[in-house]
Amino acid sequence: MIVLTPLKKFQFPIHAECINPDVFQGKSVEEIASLQVWEGNRQKKLGDIFKIEATTHETPNITINGDVSEVRRIGQGMKNGEIVINGDAGMHTGEKMAGGKITINGNAGGWTGSSMKKGLIEIHGNASDYLASPYRGSTEGMRGGKIVVDGNVGSDSGSHLRGGLIKIKGSAGPFLGFHMSDGTIHVEKNAASRLGANMTGGKIVVSGSVDELMPTFTIDSIKPKVKIDDTETAQGPFYVFLGDLAEKGNGKLFISKANNAQLGPIYEKYL
Amino acid sequence: MTEILIKNGFVFDPLNKINGEKMDIAIKNGKIVESVNEQKAKKIDAAGLTVMPGGVDIHTHIAGGEVNTGRMIRPEDHVKDVVSKTSITRSGTGYSIPSTFVTGYRYAKMGYTTVMNPSMAPLGAKHTHEELNDIPLLDKATFPLLGDWWFVLEHLQRGDLEGCARHVAWMLETTKGYAIKIVNPGGLESWGFGRNVHSIDDTVPNFDITPRDIMCGLAKVNKMLNLPHSIHLHTNNLGIPGNYVTTLETMKALENVPTDGRPTCHITHLQFSSFAGDNWGNMKSAAEEISKYINNHNHITFDMGQIVFTDTTTMTADGPFEFTLYQLSGHKWVNTDVETETSGGIIPMHYKRTSAVNALQWSIGLELALLVEDPWKVFMTTDHPNAGPFFAYPKIMAWLISKKARMATLAKCHKKAQKRSLLPSVKRELSLYELAIVTRAGQAKALGLKNKGHLGVGADADIAIYDINPEKIDVAKKYKTARKAFGNAAYTIKDGKIVVKDGEVVQHTDGKTMWLDVKTAEQLKVDEEMKLKFKKYWTVEYENYPVYDHYVKVPEIISVKASV
Repeated sequence: MIVLTPLKKFQFPIHAECINPDVFQGKSVEEIASLQVWEGNRQKKLGDIFKIEATTHETPNITINGDVSEVRRIGQGMKNGEIVINGDAGMHTGEKMAGGKITINGNAGGWTGSSMKKGLIEIHGNASDYLASPYRGSTEGMRGGKIVVDGNVGSDSGSHLRGGLIKIKGSAGPFLGFHMSDGTIHVEKNAASRLGANMTGGKIVVSGSVDELMPTFTIDSIKPKVKIDDTETAQGPFYVFLGDLAEKGNGKLFISKANNAQLGPIYEKYL
Repeated sequence: MTEILIKNGFVFDPLNKINGEKMDIAIKNGKIVESVNEQKAKKIDAAGLTVMPGGVDIHTHIAGGEVNTGRMIRPEDHVKDVVSKTSITRSGTGYSIPSTFVTGYRYAKMGYTTVMNPSMAPLGAKHTHEELNDIPLLDKATFPLLGDWWFVLEHLQRGDLEGCARHVAWMLETTKGYAIKIVNPGGLESWGFGRNVHSIDDTVPNFDITPRDIMCGLAKVNKMLNLPHSIHLHTNNLGIPGNYVTTLETMKALENVPTDGRPTCHITHLQFSSFAGDNWGNMKSAAEEISKYINNHNHITFDMGQIVFTDTTTMTADGPFEFTLYQLSGHKWVNTDVETETSGGIIPMHYKRTSAVNALQWSIGLELALLVEDPWKVFMTTDHPNAGPFFAYPKIMAWLISKKARMATLAKCHKKAQKRSLLPSVKRELSLYELAIVTRAGQAKALGLKNKGHLGVGADADIAIYDINPEKIDVAKKYKTARKAFGNAAYTIKDGKIVVKDGEVVQHTDGKTMWLDVKTAEQLKVDEEMKLKFKKYWTVEYENYPVYDHYVKVPEIISVKASV
């Protein structure tokens, strides 16, 4: 196992896509220390900014102890292995990852798990905006794998989602599941406005309350429970909405009936 | 300026009837000359390489309002194709709508040196020229859209062809244009009122003339002005099953236009105008009917508009067609009515092998190119970016020169398309000589570019050298080798400067923008009535309308003496 400890509090953003088990594989501490990173507009070596130690433990492959909230692209494109970050992680952590596991014992920056294809990201704090969403302009959303967030997430999470599962144990910001076409998002607490805007497929389950419901969703039925994945079922009852009709969409919103008494008088008459 | 001597290459120069002869090409002061001082000249050893004139593209949307709007609505197109700068080239983005610099670099890498921007709303002429100025390594020209231009329609309504000709001459100078572009004649004017025309004899609202009147009128005007290119026509009913009937009627209507033996009409992206059947379900290829007509008549040239299976962006002045396409795809879209001039629309489009319609369209493009016997009538394009990005040209070249290549692609296509395709019965494989016609010589001839598309003495020193040894490899069998070579020119020479070596840009040079200065006996007088019209109907005052000379960075003014 390689243990990385920041040598200082970072003032400038650092681009360190080399912090990746696939890259570290088979390299000595010296070789790892000489991997190149960008600090602001200067090219540096990984050893210039991190203390790098090797231990005899097998897993996880990489442990980072300390605040790396300014360090971007950790685990980008990783296919195997495990990274544990004991502290806050920066933007684009686990971007396009295709396997393995990242555990963040802290908060995660924007675009964590962006466009990921496979693997697992566990965030034991809050996640910022654009969780699992593709970079601005791109439509290549998350295709598979799983992201679990213990805290809350910011806005625009799960946009262009095409597969996989995002589980949020806290609340979600606005535009959750924007333009998603498949996959599942489960929010255990509340969801903010514009939920599922432009969605054409997949499902969003909200076990808490919703701020509002877009007028382009139509009520379909009331279901007692809904399957989240093979191991988990969320207990309802849930109002089931279909949409986004502005996109001729066929996505499903499952909204807790008990926590959204305001929806009953508006929608139940159409059932 | 340095002298260059290209030694011992296999030269394919169809305009001078040179078919793969081993010979030297001498360059001095940006022109091809008889000979140079062999001691002083920089020598390029082209032994075992194929030498052709620089590529000419008769129809490619690379600049202007619709192109830029396309860039704006497609960030997902750029994010997957980011181009870094080098010490010579500038950075940019690709894919289906590359930024200006990348457009120049990628064309040059394929050995292309001259391209035509075929669709410019006159109101967007200044913008178009600003973008053309920024496209390096290529000579360019642009065609103003005049088929639904109010003044043209008014002149034709009155039957005043001479007045129309004077007006068109003025417009070419005002927009710094090169040829008359007509898109869905009458349809764009109708689109301003939410309608379209569905045959060449429908009436255009408010003008009481028909698409037939517009096409034939402008073809006659084209002749009266002695313009180097014919009218450049995008037919009515484009992209609709059964439209080949309209295309045949269009070609027949143009038979009556007087000619001096040169073609009177260039039909662009003919693939989109050659659909039989009456709905998308039973759509068939009409390549047989269309090619039979073209084989028997000499007044038509065309370009393919060949489909390439990829994610691209459609953009055309044919607003009503783009609206139809939006209804089919449901993708994000832009549609505009450009004041009194034209219209426009943009829709992203992903052509898939697994779609029966797309696969059949792919087949139709190739069928047309192969079934028309005379290569001087056929030009290779993708109608960039409508049917695919231009840098897919090497793929199309491979399909044209190799039956093996096209059958390999056809085998991956939708079963229905495989069954309806005529390609299995087509044996023809273009030779390198014929390929040089459809990719450069023929296009230069149709455009009336005297110094392009050939390697004779006096021609511009625009030359492409490819790593293909016609004595050693049979391109029909080794089509992958040929495809790679056509995509990465060993050398591209522009105006006597080596701009690309081994597929990399090695030097920057600004290309020229060609425009026509048509001299009519009596010049158009911009009278008060005309200015009043600009005041009343345009958002731009007349004084701010013309493209003044300083707008064109490197102009090449081509003077034409009109017969009116």
